[in-house]
Amino acid sequence: MIQVENLSKAFGPKVAVDDVSFSVERGEILGFLGPNGAGKSTTMRMITGFLPPTAGAVKVGGNDVMEKPIEAKRLIGYLPESAPLYTDMTVEGFLGFCAEVRGIGGADKGKAIDRVVDMCFLKSVRHQSVDTLSKGYRHRTGFAQAIIHDPDILVMDEPTDGLDPNQKHEVRSLIRRMGQSKAIIFSTHILEEVEAACTRAIIIDQGKVVANGTPEELKAKSELANSYIVSISGTEAAAVRDKLNSVIQSSKVTIVNDKPPTVVARVFPKNASSDGELGQAIFDVASQNNWKVNEIKKEEGRLDDVFRNITLSDT
Amino acid sequence: MKSIWTITKRELAGYFNSPVAYVFLVIFLLMTGAFTFMIGQFFERGQANLQPFFMWHPWLYLFLVPAVGMRLWSEERRLGTLELILTMPISPWQTITGKFIASWGFLILALSLTFPIWWTVNNLGSPDNGAIFTGYIGSALMAGGYLAITSMTSALTRNQVISFILSVVICLFLVLCGWPPVTDPLATMAPNWMVEGVAAFSVMPHFERLQQGVIDSRDLIYFISLIGFPLFATSVIIRNLRS
Repeated sequence: MIQVENLSKAFGPKVAVDDVSFSVERGEILGFLGPNGAGKSTTMRMITGFLPPTAGAVKVGGNDVMEKPIEAKRLIGYLPESAPLYTDMTVEGFLGFCAEVRGIGGADKGKAIDRVVDMCFLKSVRHQSVDTLSKGYRHRTGFAQAIIHDPDILVMDEPTDGLDPNQKHEVRSLIRRMGQSKAIIFSTHILEEVEAACTRAIIIDQGKVVANGTPEELKAKSELANSYIVSISGTEAAAVRDKLNSVIQSSKVTIVNDKPPTVVARVFPKNASSDGELGQAIFDVASQNNWKVNEIKKEEGRLDDVFRNITLSDT
Repeated sequence: MKSIWTITKRELAGYFNSPVAYVFLVIFLLMTGAFTFMIGQFFERGQANLQPFFMWHPWLYLFLVPAVGMRLWSEERRLGTLELILTMPISPWQTITGKFIASWGFLILALSLTFPIWWTVNNLGSPDNGAIFTGYIGSALMAGGYLAITSMTSALTRNQVISFILSVVICLFLVLCGWPPVTDPLATMAPNWMVEGVAAFSVMPHFERLQQGVIDSRDLIYFISLIGFPLFATSVIIRNLRS
């Protein structure tokens, strides 16, 4: 549905987006990650046709956004950063305006408004003026505007920014539900959001794509991925380190916590593929030495580690 | 066409949902009345025409039209809704036209509410109603020209005050550039063709001919370009904002 090909954008001498390519198909939810100023918003603004690219092209449903802007924009629902709204209108008036601009008139307009008011929980503020709304309601009104024409493609710039935890949860489940039939791109810097809602994630830093994969694939890049945390009592830290170090499948052992009689150690695997073997080996060592294992846990890797490693590497 | 009308409706509702429209209408009518009767000495002149009414319009519009138009684009920029409207499936010129029609329609409404003066002059004498009609057309076109300029200055900045001042200055130039106290000192310094070139920008001679009931294609072309060119400049500014 969305093809981004060698997209670049320069503001004067400053390159905001540098040769970015990716594509999103129907049924995919793409999380767009990156530190502030990485070029997330600029990329989204080029996809939605707000900013013209310096080089490269964006195709939306086969339409080049620059050459056939109207056809492309018709397919997209867009929630810009900080959800701008016309503050002098009521929620209903604003949604009606957006519907009409998108060519939904008459009885369909009323139905479309009813549908998004229900989906975005706006019933209680439907007739209220936008400038009297709280931030959460404003955001949801912006969200409602983006889905009023039931678009095939949804582009959202930080859709959960400024929402409380319950609202974040709502928005995420809404995104997940809609993701089954649409192509969705949303940017965020909340990593748990990516794990909660995305089928794929792209990390962008200084205008370049630095990682692209499923959340699981990205997490596997973490140093901690596939390492084990063991909590053992009835022995000493030094003994734990020595014995576990001698296990063939382990590459490194660090003591996380040493509060007698309990020792907590982290055991890193030699290669990521030794699935389960390391855990088995740790149990064997423990039983040979008569240690009492309180807890053993396999780490899946943390997205925030990956994020930090990738995006800090060049500063 | 339908998209333009959607934009126009929203803008018009924007005027009437706030006190702006009513304040403007009252002030406009009070001021046209005051200028016509007190300074223009409508009754004392004893002539059955609306010359003392129309003669103040270029000056009244100088402040009132920028006040109506200054929010057209600066407000969109300030609220960030420019991003919203430009990513909707309508072209920028449709938005520009829709906004312009809304504000112009509002100004024409204000102008048409001055009809009691037409009624008065018809009761007191037998004026040339054709000339009055063309005078109204001229006034509306002039308001449109000022408004197009305000639309352009409004797209330049997110600050409404700056937009207001810029458009007042440009419109003041259009009023004054054909005026002898301005052209005479210029004539001593600059060659004749330059003085005439500057004077040709003036809105006054065109408006005066229309007040006299003369419909000259040159005057119409002047006003159409006075509206068209700044609106085109608005679209260029909006395009450049994004790159």
